[in-house]
Amino acid sequence: MTTIGATIPFYRRLASPLHAARATVALTWALALLLAALVSESPIVLLALLLAALGASVGAGVSPMLLRALRGALIVSIPIVLVNVIVSRGGLTVFARLGDLGPFGQGDLTVEALAYGGLIALKVTLVILVVALASLTIDPDELLRVVRRFSFRAALTASIAMRMLPLLAADAQRLADAQRTRPDASAGRTRGRLAILAAVVGGSLDRAMDVAATLEVRGFASPMLARGRPRMRRAASRHDIAFAASAAVVAALAIAARAVGGASFSAYPTIDMPVGWVTLALAASLAGAMLLPFAARRGIEP
Amino acid sequence: MSGALLTFENVTYRYPGARDAALSDVSLELHPGEFCVLAGLSGGGKSTLLRAACGLVPHFHGGRFAGRVVLAGLDTRENGPAQVGRFAGALFQDPETQLVSGSVRAELSLALESRGEGAVAVARGIEEVALALGIDALLDRPTNELSGGEQQRVALGAALAGRPRIVLLDEPTSQLDPVAGDELIGLLRRLNQEWETTVLLSEHRLERCLSAADRVIALDGGRVVCDGDPGTFLRWAALRAPALQTPGARLFSLAGLPDAPVSVKQARTSLRARGLLPEPGAAGCEVARDSSAPSAKDGSAWSRLRRLVGAPQADAYAPALAMRGVWHELRSGPAILRGVELEIAPGESVALMGRNGAGKSTLLRHAAGLLEPTRGRIERGGRVALLLQNPGDYLIHERVGEEAPAAALRAAGLEPLSARHPRDLSGGERQRLALAIVAGSAAPALLALDEPTRGMDRAAKAELAADLRERAAAGCAVVVATHDPEFAAACAQRAILLADGRVIADGSARELLAGGWYFATETARVLGGAGGAVLPEEGAELLLEGARGDAGRVRSRAAEAAR
Repeated sequence: MTTIGATIPFYRRLASPLHAARATVALTWALALLLAALVSESPIVLLALLLAALGASVGAGVSPMLLRALRGALIVSIPIVLVNVIVSRGGLTVFARLGDLGPFGQGDLTVEALAYGGLIALKVTLVILVVALASLTIDPDELLRVVRRFSFRAALTASIAMRMLPLLAADAQRLADAQRTRPDASAGRTRGRLAILAAVVGGSLDRAMDVAATLEVRGFASPMLARGRPRMRRAASRHDIAFAASAAVVAALAIAARAVGGASFSAYPTIDMPVGWVTLALAASLAGAMLLPFAARRGIEP
Repeated sequence: MSGALLTFENVTYRYPGARDAALSDVSLELHPGEFCVLAGLSGGGKSTLLRAACGLVPHFHGGRFAGRVVLAGLDTRENGPAQVGRFAGALFQDPETQLVSGSVRAELSLALESRGEGAVAVARGIEEVALALGIDALLDRPTNELSGGEQQRVALGAALAGRPRIVLLDEPTSQLDPVAGDELIGLLRRLNQEWETTVLLSEHRLERCLSAADRVIALDGGRVVCDGDPGTFLRWAALRAPALQTPGARLFSLAGLPDAPVSVKQARTSLRARGLLPEPGAAGCEVARDSSAPSAKDGSAWSRLRRLVGAPQADAYAPALAMRGVWHELRSGPAILRGVELEIAPGESVALMGRNGAGKSTLLRHAAGLLEPTRGRIERGGRVALLLQNPGDYLIHERVGEEAPAAALRAAGLEPLSARHPRDLSGGERQRLALAIVAGSAAPALLALDEPTRGMDRAAKAELAADLRERAAAGCAVVVATHDPEFAAACAQRAILLADGRVIADGSARELLAGGWYFATETARVLGGAGGAVLPEEGAELLLEGARGDAGRVRSRAAEAAR
């Protein structure tokens, strides 16, 4: 049976080098991947990044969840390609003619529009995968502790909201199960779903009251909060160093390639995709830099 | 003030919009190092008193407040829960709503950070409280993956992280299995004895905590009706509030024995002194072994025998429920049920017992068709009605009358409440309404209940047990998954013990509940399983036999049970 909660990707501490790195370093690494995905133009480089992201998910032990995210990304990507093919008027290589589309002009579908749509879809897929990988491997509480130094209450509110998500999913599952056990369960399914939704919302308000009472007695309203107090220094682990170095290399390579025009790609008016050693070396270097930190397996247990 | 840590002076309190006062003229003092238990039926004012002690009443709940509450020198009229919280840690019933962070470490650190502690003090505080409560192995676990017992320990850790002078606990064991509940009480006892932390605890199952308590305060209708040591309380309860008696005390009271015991040990010592129990050295009687209970292997044989010797409707036997080699295996996970073989006859009442995670709830969900077995098959003799753990989950309409058919409401005695909103019902009424919803107007072939007594007081449990006995007598098979041996003894003829998804014992409730440590009633533990007595009434009869001069017979039964 698929539970409601099982479909939402949540952080869980696993034994992996990425989980073992501190949250700020892991976030920096994920941001470097996003930067590389956004500034890279070559489909070969983007494909290498995508494969490396999947490889990273294997190294982090979250590949089943990332494959689920990949399925979701494909559902988003296919319409992107289709829309670009239909609305783009660039490109010279026509592969289908739809005739006069009135206000939209001639409906000529081109290979270039298809390729450019594919490139955008690849970037979107990569962004979705990196965000999913980050949400599965970066401890939100640790990140919010950093934010607490600047805004304690905002960070705590965000932390509670994140904690409530799985609880609300569990509430909805429980209510749905309870309704299935009613003798008249089959009658009025739509009305039943609305009633469950109303009950979940009502339950969340009750829960909010209980949480508020807990926070009150824990001293949340106390004026003495931990803002601006000296924090304990934490020695950098081998995983912190490895992922920080990886992030630096990935970002530097992506920016340098963009700046010097290496591994370029242009779709219009005709496809221009030079596949030389520079492109292949860049793709291999980026993938290697992304995956190398996963080779260090010491000290990864929670 | 005479060195009191907590003082109530003529406190009267009414919740906003309420007609009656939740607390009426309450005056009491609690001194440092005391372990005090609050007793009383539901609605007696225990939770309100605890909320007044930590300042939530009136600051959080509003309402009309008169009198004075002073905790560690802070008057709660002038100091809110945040200020009072520097000296008092609070723990409420539902552990899920008391954890606000994603991980255990973050939860413990939040409690200290919000009090303005520096990084070094926070790190040290986390280590100390984790070691003290034995939760150091949980520090990096996500809070939503903890069991109920672990969640409650972590919530207690967060309450204790600031090293408060007093902990206020509102039925902290109501959501826990007996093992986790006993562990929590043991932990509180250790905190009280080793660090002199004052404890104020409200609890329905008094037998769990009376032996640890120095003092018991009983509340009724918001008033203090008894305040004394556990012995004084039990003597008072025998005369004025039998529903608050522990099973051991009730056993003594029914047998006409003086000095109601506060613990099993005290009860056994007292009975030995009267010659009603064998001495500890005799035939290993300290641990009554469960040799008389049929094993899983002969469980089915036992069922067949029951049918042959006159279980209800034995002539035209068709089981209300039969499970044939039922497995439930999670994808990429463990097996929750492992080849369960089970038959339940119409009119049979069965208690399903076992520790958390043993597979009780999963088994009931299979019985009701909420889950499909991954192997094996299930035969049902008709409709299976299942009441899940939280009755509130069934209540989704605006009026009680819309929730269940009129006939079912009438049968549950809820017809006069048809126009009320379900959320305005008391806990017991909600339970009855949820039961009316799942049972429907036509009686089901089998009624299954998953932990129906959570948070219930003894009177409400007795009512539910009587209702279930009535349904069974009318031919409806009843299966109750419960952690409560006293409730199981009161409502079931047969008991099934599950462990790791397997049936490890299946026999008469009397035999199963008369042996063992955790899955035994207090009466059975006091009498060492003698005569198969599991309820105070049965035990008292046995003791009266002894008092009539047949003590030797009682002793020999106890020794026999021990063997």
